[in-house]
Amino acid sequence: MTAAEIMLTVLWLGLTAYVLFGGADFGAGVWDLLAGGAERGRPQRGLIEHSIGPVWEANHVWLIFVIVLMWTGFPEVFAAVASTLYIPLTLAALGIIARGAAFAFRKVSEELWQRRLFGATFAFSSVATPFFLGTTAGAIASGRVPPGIAKGELIGSWLNPTALVTGALAVGTAAYLAAVYLTRDAERAGEADLAEAFRRRALWTGATVGALSAIGLLVLNADAPRLFDGLVTGRGFPLLLLSIVAGIASLVLLWRRAYLAVRITAALAVAGLLWGWGAGQYPWLLPGVRVQDAAATDAVLTASLGALAVGAVLLLPSLWWLYATFQRERTAQK
Amino acid sequence: MTKGTEGRDSMDAGLLAAETGADLGAARMQMALSLGWHIIVACLGVGMPAITLIAEWRGHRTGDVNYRLLARRWARAMGVLFAVGAVSGTILSFEMGLLWPGLMGTYGQVIGLPFSLEGIAFFIEAIFLGIYLYAWDRLPPVQHMLAGIPIVLAGVASAFFVVTANAWMQQPTGFDTEGGRVVAVDPWAAMFNPATPPQTVHMILAAFMVAGFLMASVYAVAMLRGRRDRYHRLGFLVPFTVAAVITPVQIGVGDWAAHFVAGNQPVKLAAIEGVFETERNVPLHLGGIAVDGEMRYAVEVPSGLSLLAHWDPNAEITGLNETPPRDRPPVNVVHWAFQIMVGMGFALLGLAAWAALGWWRRREIPRSRWFLRAAALSGVAAVLALEAGWVVTEVGRQPWIVYGVMRTEDAVNPAPGLVWGFVLVSVVYVILTIATVYVLRRLARDKPVPVAPQESDVTEYKVI
Repeated sequence: MTAAEIMLTVLWLGLTAYVLFGGADFGAGVWDLLAGGAERGRPQRGLIEHSIGPVWEANHVWLIFVIVLMWTGFPEVFAAVASTLYIPLTLAALGIIARGAAFAFRKVSEELWQRRLFGATFAFSSVATPFFLGTTAGAIASGRVPPGIAKGELIGSWLNPTALVTGALAVGTAAYLAAVYLTRDAERAGEADLAEAFRRRALWTGATVGALSAIGLLVLNADAPRLFDGLVTGRGFPLLLLSIVAGIASLVLLWRRAYLAVRITAALAVAGLLWGWGAGQYPWLLPGVRVQDAAATDAVLTASLGALAVGAVLLLPSLWWLYATFQRERTAQK
Repeated sequence: MTKGTEGRDSMDAGLLAAETGADLGAARMQMALSLGWHIIVACLGVGMPAITLIAEWRGHRTGDVNYRLLARRWARAMGVLFAVGAVSGTILSFEMGLLWPGLMGTYGQVIGLPFSLEGIAFFIEAIFLGIYLYAWDRLPPVQHMLAGIPIVLAGVASAFFVVTANAWMQQPTGFDTEGGRVVAVDPWAAMFNPATPPQTVHMILAAFMVAGFLMASVYAVAMLRGRRDRYHRLGFLVPFTVAAVITPVQIGVGDWAAHFVAGNQPVKLAAIEGVFETERNVPLHLGGIAVDGEMRYAVEVPSGLSLLAHWDPNAEITGLNETPPRDRPPVNVVHWAFQIMVGMGFALLGLAAWAALGWWRRREIPRSRWFLRAAALSGVAAVLALEAGWVVTEVGRQPWIVYGVMRTEDAVNPAPGLVWGFVLVSVVYVILTIATVYVLRRLARDKPVPVAPQESDVTEYKVI
């Protein structure tokens, strides 16, 4: 593996972490939106706030990682993507502001109207942000971002069949992962009713996302044949298969109420889709631009990868401590 | 490695110029707005954890409930500020590409290393902040304080890494270009460029000053309103002491940074001081306005600038006449921003000296209401100095985005419609500002702290 390939792999790992963790935080916002009136939705909103409160900022950092690694490792690709897709990315950025700020504001507000206002902002931006980020993925996947600065269509690149499907898929996946994770969180908190409610949601969103992925494949066939071939006949196929198998297994596990195991299979189903896309498109980053064409110089790649390796030694135990502290029952309570 | 050769030929530049001049202006304003906004919150993010830990530690050592309540309250504000800081910082990383793809496409890899390191530091900050804020009742007190230390260290490290990238834009080193393309990079040399030491130290100290004076000014206002109990006095003293001790050091570091600019960015110095002709015995201009190539209505300190910039009243100062007009920054903006920064710095130094005098004579805060009035304004003054300082640095660098290497107009996104993006972003920031101030004011109010489920031990505190 060349340094550029390692960098791309690390970048994709970061993206996977963002989708699996940060995505679920957005999904929790989707469920917050659908939780119903202030009174009826209170227990759900309480659970959501309790679950994502301590972790969402750390989960959010994965996105910053992906952006920074993209401009460090593949600067011309970053410039092409950001300049052509500046409209959906600006909207996603504003959604990120609204989501994070409103969530923090709601946590410290007491009056109902404030909690409603901040809550609604949090919830709506939790739908909009993954949608716009998803459309940018679709724009890149369907080859609509050409190399060069702002050379692609400013609107058509992200408002097209593939991008709309990936946008919807991003929202759906987020909601699905959140429902799966929240089921177990509710069970651990001793909230059997809530666990049951999120189990039902996980089941039907899981089925919906599966159907949406199938539609997505049909759209790809018509709209982005090269990626379709890569997914269905090329290197992406085993990963696509993994995603399908894991997705079906998740439904079975949910049905049988194996809430801890389903966390793993649901994550695998989503990760399989993401890596299937990556493998199917490899080695092309943009039309006519391969990994080795766009990669930064080796000195930059090795320095950054070295820094990340050292960083990982600090980060992984810290992350473990964070999740362990809040996934554990409260023991230190007086 | 040598400095990069000057970028593009004029045809290239023409192709890459923004759709309209208005778009370039909008992109610059949007960057200024989002950076200028983020930096205030970022300073609080760097400075507040340390000040909060001091209070928590004092509370632990002395058992004084006031310290513990202060720490708890500051931690709650920190939770809000860190959230808006995290998201407003993310927007900046988006904007690097959305607004300046010409910069990032060419030089993204040169400044990639410090940003990767910053990502790690920020990650550590976010992880331990999550633990610190939410595990108050899950961890024993000493462990809880230890969980706060990585936040302080990572906050300072983040500030350092980000500012090294800006320093590189002032003093670009560590790369070679061939035909506008970067062909060889030494990322460590780029990160530790000549501007890194003065700029990073100046910024990190500024962060502690802003955080300390802002926090102290909240309690100065409360004391002016008659709340002079121990809780409010400590709430004033802890952050004020931190900021006041740093202020004289910062003045010295500022002098170092100014010398650096004098030696390495002579055009910026000329703009700061409104020096239009290269001369010896150049006076220092206080106030004044540049009209038609000369400073008018300024108070002149004879040979002051030569003396300050080079420790020699005879020293020659390069004037703006040596630089073609299209390569000069706007003089009045840079000159006045510098005056404001220095003015505020010395005002804060005076305030710190006043407090030190009071403490030396009577071991207490000066009794005069005028002291409290001044202290109530110290937070605003520190923020003004911070913003003005960044205006000097960034506007003084113009028309270059990478000093001497790439012009700002060649870096901007040439796509049409940036003006509308700026309008939209401005509206969002206005709302964000209103909401943030509103929420923080509510948090600062003297009423029982709302008990969140994870804050069950808050009932142990006497609520004032």
